[in-house]
Amino acid sequence: MKNFQKYIGIIIPLLVIAGLLLYPAITGKAAARETAFTILKAIALASSLNILLGYTGYVSFGHIVFFGFGGYVGFYLLSTQGMSLWISILAGGLSSGILAFLLGKAILRLRGAYFALATIGVNEAMRAFINNFDLFGGPTGITLNFKAYLAYGGAAKALEMSFYVVGALAVLAIILSYIIRTSKFGLGLLAIRENEDAAEVMGVFAPDAKTWAYVLSAIIPGMIGVLFFFKNGNVEPHDAFPLHASIELLVMVMLGGQGTVLGPILGAFAYQGMRGYLVTSDFFKDIQLSVSGALLLIIVLFIPAGAIGWLRQRNAILRRVLA
Amino acid sequence: MTLLLQVQGVTKRFGGLQALTQVTFDLPKGQILGLIGPNGAGKTTLFNTINGVYHPEEGRILFKGQDVTNKMPYHLAKMGMARTHQIVRPLNELTVRENVMVGACFGHENQSLGKAAKIADEVLEFVGILNRADQLAGSLNVAQKKRLEMARALASHPHLLLLDEVLAGLNPSEIDGMIQMVLNIREQGITIIMIEHLMKAVMNVSDRIFVLDYGEQIAEGSPNEIVNHPKVIEAYLGDPKLAEQLMEEE
Repeated sequence: MKNFQKYIGIIIPLLVIAGLLLYPAITGKAAARETAFTILKAIALASSLNILLGYTGYVSFGHIVFFGFGGYVGFYLLSTQGMSLWISILAGGLSSGILAFLLGKAILRLRGAYFALATIGVNEAMRAFINNFDLFGGPTGITLNFKAYLAYGGAAKALEMSFYVVGALAVLAIILSYIIRTSKFGLGLLAIRENEDAAEVMGVFAPDAKTWAYVLSAIIPGMIGVLFFFKNGNVEPHDAFPLHASIELLVMVMLGGQGTVLGPILGAFAYQGMRGYLVTSDFFKDIQLSVSGALLLIIVLFIPAGAIGWLRQRNAILRRVLA
Repeated sequence: MTLLLQVQGVTKRFGGLQALTQVTFDLPKGQILGLIGPNGAGKTTLFNTINGVYHPEEGRILFKGQDVTNKMPYHLAKMGMARTHQIVRPLNELTVRENVMVGACFGHENQSLGKAAKIADEVLEFVGILNRADQLAGSLNVAQKKRLEMARALASHPHLLLLDEVLAGLNPSEIDGMIQMVLNIREQGITIIMIEHLMKAVMNVSDRIFVLDYGEQIAEGSPNEIVNHPKVIEAYLGDPKLAEQLMEEE
């Protein structure tokens, strides 16, 4: 029982993922798998962003740049160089990690709003660069030869496999998030979030810690990018670097509770659920992004800690149980 | 007598403002040095220069015999220097225990999380707020936050402890408790520099006193020498009778 309580912070999130992976098989509908894929992708991306936003306290408005950049690199290797999906996914994660490392050295010395503005700039600059980069197909992007799916048992099989891979990546994102949250490195990040100067005086090497947090938050988005474009069969600059997707990720993390393991999962789930309803409703389908904007405003004004954070603030027992 | 800290001709300017001018002193191991001076004399600036928040324009600082003039605060923390802040800086959204664990984990002993939790509980007991360990630091009152600052610094088991006005804002009984705590810390062999406005306290606790005025050192000596020092009386105490009174209160 004691052990169960100790690990409940990771058990609940993993049960959510297991439920999502089984959901299509239980309902037997093809559309269900598409829905579950979107939610799992959102969970992986939101949990990754949470490492930077929730643990370290740095707001990134351009986190999708890692999804796009890693996705592009991996997809290029996959489609043009004929490498396997697995190597491409790893390469995508690695290249996003390297990009974050270099960016971190440059812009993580900025604090607060200045960092947030810089991240938007980075995303837009990357989009403009890729738009003019002939190796990656410029504005028209890259399309995957349909034959590439044969290696994975044809298009239908490849789609099904993508679903389980996104599940695995979501699990990886959650475990990474949990390990950081419960580690000494994570405690240093939380200290930076609360007061960077005080943390430095206590001995936290803030510049290094922030850079590694940024790198760790960038790797899985890069891997997800490769998988997502593999599943779609093509990549274009406006699909890879949508600014609104960055903001949607922020809404998910804030909604569920930044700085907790479970929060971003819950937030991604709730947000995608709401979005699914909004885009199919006649009234909301054209204005669903403004609903997200209003939602973000409400969270920031009334429950800045998010749902899980709100619960944790109120009860010491919940603080121990909800990681 | 080993010297733990040597400050040699340190000068710090902010634009046209001369905050510290040629400040020089040695601090032997195990002593308590009281740092006094009127508001704006540069006391906190001197702390910030010693622990690497600022870097001096001239002069150098040696800690444990090593030149640390251009080191960052986290380098100095790793070498065994800890400090409290005049305006408390609690990590609000973390629990009191977690706050103290940060000190133990990232200080010069580099403790693991498990060991740090144990140290945190010991130190919290020592400063008398162990019963608040699971509370969020933001929910403490001012006196408790001051104790938390102290606990965080002590959890690193520092060689040198810089205390910046730990008595300010406390009521008389809290002050007595805090003074006792400072003396207990010295018993553990920790060297201390304390900035303090409360003359009675600083005279009682310090082995030596260092007086700053407009960024310049105007006197240094035992508490007895300081209260009788003409420059100090003129610049700071203002009135020779008041100085006598202070000594009598002991």
